[in-house]
Amino acid sequence: MNFLKILFVFCLFVSCTKKDDAVVTNDLDGLTLATTLSNDTHKVELYTVSGKFQTGYNAIYVQIKTAAGAIVNNASVSWTPLMHMMGMTHSCPASAISNHKGYIVFQMAGSDDEYWDLTINYTIDNVAYTVTDTIAVSESSKRVVQSFTGSDNNRYVLALVNPTSPAVAVNDISMVLYKMESMTSFTVVDNYTIKIDPRMTGMGNHTSPNNVDLTQGTDKMYYGKLSLTMTGYWKINLQLQDTTGTIVKGEAVTDTNEGSSIYFELEF
Amino acid sequence: MLQTDCMRKLSILCVAVLLTISADAQSDTIKTDLLKEVVIIHKRSISDKTDKPLSTLDKYLEKADMLNMVRRGAYAWEPYLNGMSSERSVVTIDGMRIYAACTDKMDPVTSYVEITNLAKVNVHSAGGPSIAGTMDLVRNKGTFGEKKLSGMAFTGFETNGSQRVIGGALSFTTPKLFTDIDVTYRHAGNYKAGGGDEVLYSQYTKYNVSAIAGYKLNVHSQLEASLIYDRAVNVGYPALTMDVGLARGIIASVAYIRHGWQTKIYYNTITHVMDDSKRPVVAIRMDMPGWSQTAGFLSTLQGNHHKHNWKANINGHFNKSLADMTMYSNTAGEKDMYMLTWPGVLTYYGEVSGADNYTLSPNWHVTISGGAGVQHNVVDNQQGYESLTIFYPDMQRSHTRLLKRLSAAFNYDHNKWQYTIGAAYGERAPSVSEGYGYYLYNSFDRYDYIGNPEMKNEKSVSLNAALLFRTTRFSAKASGSYFHLLDYIIGRPKAGLSAMTIGAAGVKVYEQLSYANIFNCALDAEYKFNDHFNWTNRVGYRRGTGAHIRNLPLIQPLTYSSGIAWHHKSFSANVTASGAAAQDKYNPEFGEQALPGYTIFNVSAAYQFNSLLLKIGAENIFDRNYTTFADWNRIPRMGRNIFANVLVNF
Repeated sequence: MNFLKILFVFCLFVSCTKKDDAVVTNDLDGLTLATTLSNDTHKVELYTVSGKFQTGYNAIYVQIKTAAGAIVNNASVSWTPLMHMMGMTHSCPASAISNHKGYIVFQMAGSDDEYWDLTINYTIDNVAYTVTDTIAVSESSKRVVQSFTGSDNNRYVLALVNPTSPAVAVNDISMVLYKMESMTSFTVVDNYTIKIDPRMTGMGNHTSPNNVDLTQGTDKMYYGKLSLTMTGYWKINLQLQDTTGTIVKGEAVTDTNEGSSIYFELEF
Repeated sequence: MLQTDCMRKLSILCVAVLLTISADAQSDTIKTDLLKEVVIIHKRSISDKTDKPLSTLDKYLEKADMLNMVRRGAYAWEPYLNGMSSERSVVTIDGMRIYAACTDKMDPVTSYVEITNLAKVNVHSAGGPSIAGTMDLVRNKGTFGEKKLSGMAFTGFETNGSQRVIGGALSFTTPKLFTDIDVTYRHAGNYKAGGGDEVLYSQYTKYNVSAIAGYKLNVHSQLEASLIYDRAVNVGYPALTMDVGLARGIIASVAYIRHGWQTKIYYNTITHVMDDSKRPVVAIRMDMPGWSQTAGFLSTLQGNHHKHNWKANINGHFNKSLADMTMYSNTAGEKDMYMLTWPGVLTYYGEVSGADNYTLSPNWHVTISGGAGVQHNVVDNQQGYESLTIFYPDMQRSHTRLLKRLSAAFNYDHNKWQYTIGAAYGERAPSVSEGYGYYLYNSFDRYDYIGNPEMKNEKSVSLNAALLFRTTRFSAKASGSYFHLLDYIIGRPKAGLSAMTIGAAGVKVYEQLSYANIFNCALDAEYKFNDHFNWTNRVGYRRGTGAHIRNLPLIQPLTYSSGIAWHHKSFSANVTASGAAAQDKYNPEFGEQALPGYTIFNVSAAYQFNSLLLKIGAENIFDRNYTTFADWNRIPRMGRNIFANVLVNF
């Protein structure tokens, strides 16, 4: 009985001390510096989870510091990624930056001959600044972005956002879908449906039940449910369906058709 | 005391039932429970009348009318009580609960003991915390007495599969202490079916050590401790796609006994490692280990009061069952595929039960028994729980059930006649696989099975009857039972689900039929021509149907055996014919096909020379190639086999 009392008091004590601790959240928790773009006045630091830029969806945290190292919090920032290919240049889908956060979807990796650069325009106290530098974009180990021309002759870019840590469970799956209006302009596609059919190619094309196709959420991203029945390599076969219900890209998986022409890959 | 006396009488009767005639079988069977069948296993004596004393336990059990043994290989057959799968009966060792650790039923509880561990097996139709009945494996143990050391050694050899068995037992007795230790080793290679075809992957090796000790605290009470260590390695399952590298059971208990009151605590741990490393060609390499740990207690009080002979029991146990599967991708560099096939299921069970045998008149007794148990299941493993939510998004992580039972039986016994009629109601919870199994492949119907955590209890209403007629020369027993099962649990194909196992036909999900009916009957008859000759016969038949199911799977067709035994002084011999009629009531959805009938013949002879007993014999002497309803995937049974057993007492 005495022991229980002591235990009880101890628990109270522990829970009290915990309450007193202020919860400190740091935006940079779990992020690693990927690159720093510098000009004479500022250093613009770009952070990602992996510490690098890869093909596909990259959530990026932007932090501007003065040359002396002081953090600048009142800048308004925009960016333009640009791919320099042998005979042409093009951009890629990129979000606006709000509260230091944004994302860029790289459709392709850079190489020695063909490279990405990133221009960041920012305004601090009504003074405009700019910085441009090349950035290294490496190929993701798994396919997480698809760039294709639909049967409607539109060019689309579709990228996997989540799950970043897939589990043997019903996972939340999300994607971003863009239409390529020009070489430098990408717009979010509204009200399409992204059909998913996860398969284990190593297990006789086994699939899982109770998947939910992705539809657009209020934040313009596409959300659905992805069931993964075991760990291992999964191929998420995709079909893109427009607002009229027409499949503009991708094929259904059947006994005779092992996979769709557009797909993502997960391995865990 | 009364109990042991009764047991002895029961044993005597059932020796007769099991074709191993005993001279005074008809003389004294009062208060025999005809709804119970007792399989005598091991008498540690060279007066053993069994055809093949060193048979596996499975072969002993196969001779019981109430049991069928479903065979996936030469080892670890699954007991079907009253035509029902092992989920529907409760198998205990001296009252201890044990949960098998294999998701594919390759390790029934009976596979973790040896014949030398056991004195007998009490098989009871209906009643108990089950649907079909109960089976208690009764440990072989000594008694207090004059200081004495005794023992036996035995060895056996069989030509088919080069089976070898060797072992021994030692008993030490004093007025205050007894100990028994026994050791058995079995080893068999692949056996040959009738006609000489080798049945690949039918080998096995088994080691078993068991010890039991009793200490007399005072004139009123004693302590007993018991331990079984059983280890099988390199066990082939020709009917399945995988074998077993290791099946290990450690079964321990301590009991306190004071007159009619016995209290026991126990613990057992089972490790079962299924693998396919011996198979040259597989679709994908995989490991499927499973673990089961059970801890429990039981306390039984029994006594007499006027015309009442009563028994009260309280027991409880805790089990954790976990099994997983790792598949190694055929594509180099790809990560292993992993899933929990049993998601760490915890079972907490507590029960109170009682039975009363009331003497209505000198010839009439009535036995009433009842009990209620509470079962609480929890899915302990997070990944396992999340896996199941793929199929059951609103699944509760824990589930509590109340399991009730009640039975009554009237027994008449006078002169040449004895008969019993009884009715029973019982309930059971879904098994771990039925409730929580995850892509468990059934190689018979070639479906992956998914458990269903949202099922109701399965319920059974049964009628049991038996009639025994005996004279000094002739005895016959007819018995029958009819089970009406409600919310019968069975896996049914579910369209739209994709099989996980490569080559599987689809996915079945456990669901409940509104009802199923199972009828069992058996007739045993024996005639003694004279002091030297006797003739024993046995016929059995079962029938199983269900709502929308014409025939339940794995149901015994008409099966028979007939044997003539002759004995004179130290020599005895017998010839037995056994067989089955064609199986035409099969279940195609389960992968079954029609089977032709068959008859096989066995002969054996025994000679006793002082303390040495030699038994030799031949089974399936005409080398008939046959398979039965109980053979998983219709693997053929053993062809001609010549055996020799030698037992020496000292």
